[in-house]
Amino acid sequence: MNKGLILRDLCILRDELPLIEVDYDIKPGEVLTVMGPSGVGKSTLLAFITGTLPSVFRGMGTVILNGEDITMRPPHKRRIGILFQDDLLFPHMSVGANLAFGIPAGGSMSSRGGTIDAALVDVGLGGYSDRDPATLSGGQKARVALVRMLLSDPNALLLDEAFSRLDAELRAQVRDLVFRVAKERELPVLMVTHDAEDAKAAGGKIIELESLSKG
Amino acid sequence: MLRLLPALTLLVMLGPVIAGLWGTVLPAFGHLPAAGLSGPTLDPFRMLFDWQGLGAASRLSLITGLIATLLSLIIVAFITAGWSGTRSFRVLERLLSPLLSVPHAAAAFGLAFLIMPSGWIARLISPTLTRWDRPPDVLILQDPLGLAMIAGLVIKEVPFLLLMTIAAMGQAQPRRSLRVAQALGYGRLSGWLKTVFPRVYSQIRLPIYVVLAYSMSVVDVAVILGPSTPPTLSVQIVKWMSDPDLSMRLTGAAAALWQLALVVFALGLWWLGERLVGRWGRHWIASGRRGQFDAPICIVSLGLGALSAGAVLFGIFGLIVWSFAGFWSFPNVWPDTFTLRSWDRHGPNALATLGETFLVAGIVVGLALALVLGCLEAEHRSGRSLSRRGLWLMYLPLLVPQTAFLPGLQTLLLNVGADIGRLPVIFAHLVFVLPYVFLSLGDPWRSWDVRLATVANALGASPNRIFWQVRLPMLTRPILTSVAVGIAVSVGQYLATLLIGGGRVSTLTTEAMALASGGDRRAIGVYGLMQTFAALVPFTLALLIPTLLWRNRRGLHE
Repeated sequence: MNKGLILRDLCILRDELPLIEVDYDIKPGEVLTVMGPSGVGKSTLLAFITGTLPSVFRGMGTVILNGEDITMRPPHKRRIGILFQDDLLFPHMSVGANLAFGIPAGGSMSSRGGTIDAALVDVGLGGYSDRDPATLSGGQKARVALVRMLLSDPNALLLDEAFSRLDAELRAQVRDLVFRVAKERELPVLMVTHDAEDAKAAGGKIIELESLSKG
Repeated sequence: MLRLLPALTLLVMLGPVIAGLWGTVLPAFGHLPAAGLSGPTLDPFRMLFDWQGLGAASRLSLITGLIATLLSLIIVAFITAGWSGTRSFRVLERLLSPLLSVPHAAAAFGLAFLIMPSGWIARLISPTLTRWDRPPDVLILQDPLGLAMIAGLVIKEVPFLLLMTIAAMGQAQPRRSLRVAQALGYGRLSGWLKTVFPRVYSQIRLPIYVVLAYSMSVVDVAVILGPSTPPTLSVQIVKWMSDPDLSMRLTGAAAALWQLALVVFALGLWWLGERLVGRWGRHWIASGRRGQFDAPICIVSLGLGALSAGAVLFGIFGLIVWSFAGFWSFPNVWPDTFTLRSWDRHGPNALATLGETFLVAGIVVGLALALVLGCLEAEHRSGRSLSRRGLWLMYLPLLVPQTAFLPGLQTLLLNVGADIGRLPVIFAHLVFVLPYVFLSLGDPWRSWDVRLATVANALGASPNRIFWQVRLPMLTRPILTSVAVGIAVSVGQYLATLLIGGGRVSTLTTEAMALASGGDRRAIGVYGLMQTFAALVPFTLALLIPTLLWRNRRGLHE
């Protein structure tokens, strides 16, 4: 089977003018970095891949994940994890409930609880299951968001400026954690950033986007 | 299913308005099968124009409406200009927000108890200042100029417009503009008026039109505080519509159309005024004058705002005191004796009526909330947000004067022989409740971070699961607030309950209004208080429930 995330002839248009064009195969464990000035439509590219493209845009091309064409699939059936610059933990749920929300349904309550506790221990947050997410530090929230995404068992990973809100030291830490886990699980990663450090740490191919519709 | 909801909502909201207008047009041209009459004829209009009081009643509607709206707008604009961002402003905001829910009738009764010749103000200054040892024989309430009525409208419209202005300011970034203006040497007031007000005004235009249309056609406030010979046009319409002689309905219908024309005329006049003030304002901005009277205007406006809030608060306090008053001789400030007799006599019936009031309000708000949430979710899923035209449609039921379409709706129901009772009343209330629920929930709903939905999607959650498990619980507070707004609107409905209920549905508002002519202040105190209570309790719960429910979730209390 053809593992990985294949972006075949992607083109996103706004008002019938092309905004971005990408054509690339991301292999399992590989990180593709997309760089470019803000406003060039990097996040729009991710929205197309997750299936949440705003109606003012139009996307063309094919997204193939592990050999399956998912271009027309509803967003919740694509199994593509995404991390934003904000943690976006659900504020009305405890840390544990946030994680449980993402775990695919099935299994006994106690086995689900066990999965959650083990995953928290893995990132140094053992015993945090009942905490209110609002009481965590920035780095802790970022780790919970990462764990929540991983527990949903995604087949690919998208990073939308995921580290830009963290300060320099924390940033390197969280970044290394994310890349390490992605490599372990052989996930194809697409990272959007405007930070050269992020791109260097990813160690993969870098695509520089520039505005196609400068007029 | 979800895709059909916006259309269904529009139908529920505008259907009765359009049907009601049609039901007004027919009898206005002499067609009323229920009374064995068929048109078309211009007789109803001839009858209307033969009525001696038409000129005075029309003038009264027009002038009280325009002045009340203008006065409320000026007070709100100056308070916001002079004080927004300060502590006094926040105090005033806190004070005024609960007042928004006080029903118009209760506020009007309260004001009446303050300003009438035997009211609290007269008692306070008598006999030391006035040498009155009995209530003076002056026409303060129901004065022929409608001044008391204007005051009654202003004290209720100031909180409404102020909260609308505060909501509109969120998008205008007033602080930065003001800072720039002040750096250029402008005073607070003129700086704000020149840089922020034009943007804010374009946002609160529709609410202002609503206030104008409402003030011109209001019935309950006009009955309590307005003049009676002749009364305002809308009160006269209701009189004609409830006349046992069915042919009087023809005149009433003609008058309802005349009322609609008056409101359209007033809106046109206001629109013209906007143009003129706009032109003058551009000139004023270009003149570069920095403003010299800022300080006194600021102080006066805050004083007027406080006076308006105080009038409602002391009015409600007056209702409380009257409901417990035994014998109360003039000019004593306090009753000679306190007693529970009024509550013993009226309490049980008032409580039963409270049940009916909440039953109607509960069903209405439940329906409204389901429709509004459905519309908003459909909007979210289709990615198309409400257009400008859509917003106008939301406001339309509030812009058409009630007295123009409710009588027609009643006549239609009469013609088709529909059972008049609770169900039609519920649908009539829905016309007014839906827009308010939609408008109060729309902004918080749309400002929810949609990336949360993207993340939840990425975690494998379906749109329905996101709606029920993520979005609804996160928006508990605004949802409960919009429920409280809806209940307050339903509780306050007078005309819709009176006409469409055909006297068979009595809510606290219709009961309180039925007491208005009798002048039994103790009974009015009981019913007015219950009415206020019915509108205020849901607001208190809307504040309390999320606080308790999410007491361990700090992220929801920003």
